Amino acid sequence: MEQKNLTCIGCPLGCQLTVELENGEVISVTGNTCKRGDDYARKEVTSPTRIVTSTVKVTGGNVPTVSVKTKSDIPKGKIFDCAKALKEVMVQAPIAIGDVVLENVAGTGVDIVATKGVEASV
Amino acid sequence: MRTCDVVIIGGGPAGLAAAVSAKENGIDDILILERDRELGGILNQCIHNGFGLHTFKEELTGPEYAGRFIEKVKALEVPYKLNTMVLDISNEKIVTAMNKEEGLFQIQAKTVILAMGCRERSRGALNIPGYRPAGVFSAGTAQRLVNMEGYMPGKEVVILGSGDIGLIMARRMTLEGAKVNVVAELMPYSGGLKRNIVQCLDDFDIPLKLSHTVVEIKGKERVEGITLAQVDSNNKPIPGTEEFYSCDTLLLSVGLIPENELSRGMGVEMSPITSGPIVNESLETNIEGVFACGNVLHVHDLVDFVSEEAKAAGKNAAEYVKRNENVGQVTDSGTVCLEEQVIELVPTDGVRYTVPSTIRVAKMAEELTVRFRVGAVYRNAFIGVYFDEERMIHRKRLMMAPGEMEEVKLKKEQLGKYPNLQKITVKVEAE
Ligand SMILES: Cc1cc2nc3c(=O)[nH]c(=O)nc-3n(C[C@H](O)[C@H](O)[C@H](O)COP(=O)(O)OP(=O)(O)OC[C@H]3O[C@@H](n4cnc5c(N)ncnc54)[C@H](O)[C@@H]3O)c2cc1C
Ligand code: SF4
Repeated sequence: MEQKNLTCIGCPLGCQLTVELENGEVISVTGNTCKRGDDYARKEVTSPTRIVTSTVKVTGGNVPTVSVKTKSDIPKGKIFDCAKALKEVMVQAPIAIGDVVLENVAGTGVDIVATKGVEASV
Repeated sequence: MRTCDVVIIGGGPAGLAAAVSAKENGIDDILILERDRELGGILNQCIHNGFGLHTFKEELTGPEYAGRFIEKVKALEVPYKLNTMVLDISNEKIVTAMNKEEGLFQIQAKTVILAMGCRERSRGALNIPGYRPAGVFSAGTAQRLVNMEGYMPGKEVVILGSGDIGLIMARRMTLEGAKVNVVAELMPYSGGLKRNIVQCLDDFDIPLKLSHTVVEIKGKERVEGITLAQVDSNNKPIPGTEEFYSCDTLLLSVGLIPENELSRGMGVEMSPITSGPIVNESLETNIEGVFACGNVLHVHDLVDFVSEEAKAAGKNAAEYVKRNENVGQVTDSGTVCLEEQVIELVPTDGVRYTVPSTIRVAKMAEELTVRFRVGAVYRNAFIGVYFDEERMIHRKRLMMAPGEMEEVKLKKEQLGKYPNLQKITVKVEAE
């Protein structure tokens, strides 16, 4: 049997959660004060995901970079691959909020979208 | 001199929401003055997500959240001037500002809404001994460099202070290829959100050292490393606990302080606790027609509450303008003579301050949000609100911490039942 310790992020209480696993299956969650802690722990030990936010370089714009995010969450293990892929990206201004700047980042099936508009430089 | 009904100083989330609200409450003659090259304030550099859960029921990044309000301001055609620095406001509400196109100019405002936000405490306030080598940045400055200028300040980083900006920069620098060796926090707890501790530090195995401080910075030209030591309960370093960490960059995330030079200059009365103006139920300062909202009033952790507060300030400013237009037309002498009932809000027993500080019942909204912070971490405690000696609210809180703003709501109807009420006390109670 395997044990994992986590901090619940559901609210400021920050309950210390203990998850017991057997062959990758969750057997029990303890330490949580409410149901949300249980849900969080199950998701976090089996398939943790994160939204990744970063910036990419811009050409032809009035600013050097534009902020971006993964359109939905991606597996936690892919965070660094995602960050690496974004280093290679260069987008052409003008850019609108929501524009896709990179498709299917690091093979996650998730697109990277701009979170800010950038006007073309004149 | 040019006149204007509502002049808003600062085009961050507070200024934007105040402008939208003043407009929606019937005022057209509004002007936002912003010193930066764009609207949106500090949110432009906060590219992480986690904004707007309360307001939009979805998680937005900082620029997206600001974008929603900027669109509204543009759709409502609220006038604004960018790259315009406000230099002075007189107590007669004459606003002096400057920009490239117009040079120095003055506007006589009917009302002023202070929405200048806050800035970071500097290293000077910290008292770290030693040289002042390059490579020491405030976390917010580093955030602006990385996120807006595309410039990485260093490769090996130590962060002092575990407020949210410090935590978020730990992740940001890591994703950009730097190695963050440690985050040190003077207090025995972190002022940052749990979520940020997990997703910015734990996710990347960055250690958080509580009750630790920097005792020495090594390096003359550029930072080469720092020495951390554990502190005792009086925040004094404990000899023998020193540990050296090499780094070329030290980020300081030691708290924010409202930016109130302008407010002080015009004679606005300030709270020594929040470093922001003292305001009444209308978010109005001691100078009539001068309102404050957002981080300039007290430092907020959630932008949603900034927007909410600013909405109230905008509405109150609009009402002030409308009321004063009617002066002379309506001879309302009866009410003028009536002694106005003013209730004082008193923070005590663990509650550090309240915003507002006073309530004029006649002028309060149907429901008034009183925001406050506690001074320490409390578990399983209660928030108690007393009307004079009588306990009116008794609410259990599993957890309260200085990093999380608290609130209670007061109803006008309820206060109306206590015509002789003088004092409302807000406190933390064990039971
Ligand atoms: C690094 C960081 C991370 C944060 N993370 C989160 C988060 O995850 N979730 C969340 O909900 N909230 C977060 N917040 C809080 C939230 O962003 C702030 O509470 C909010 O931006 C405050 O808005 P404001 O309008 O009061 O101030 P600001 O955004 O600071 O705006 C003030 C504006 O006034 C302008 N100004 C100042 N002085 C003058 C002058 N003399 N003349 C002209 N213009 C002037 C400034 O240029 C600025 O644009 C974070 C804040 C920071 C700093
Ligand atoms: S388990 Fe419930 S109470 Fe505990 S931190 Fe998570 S959400 Fe909060």
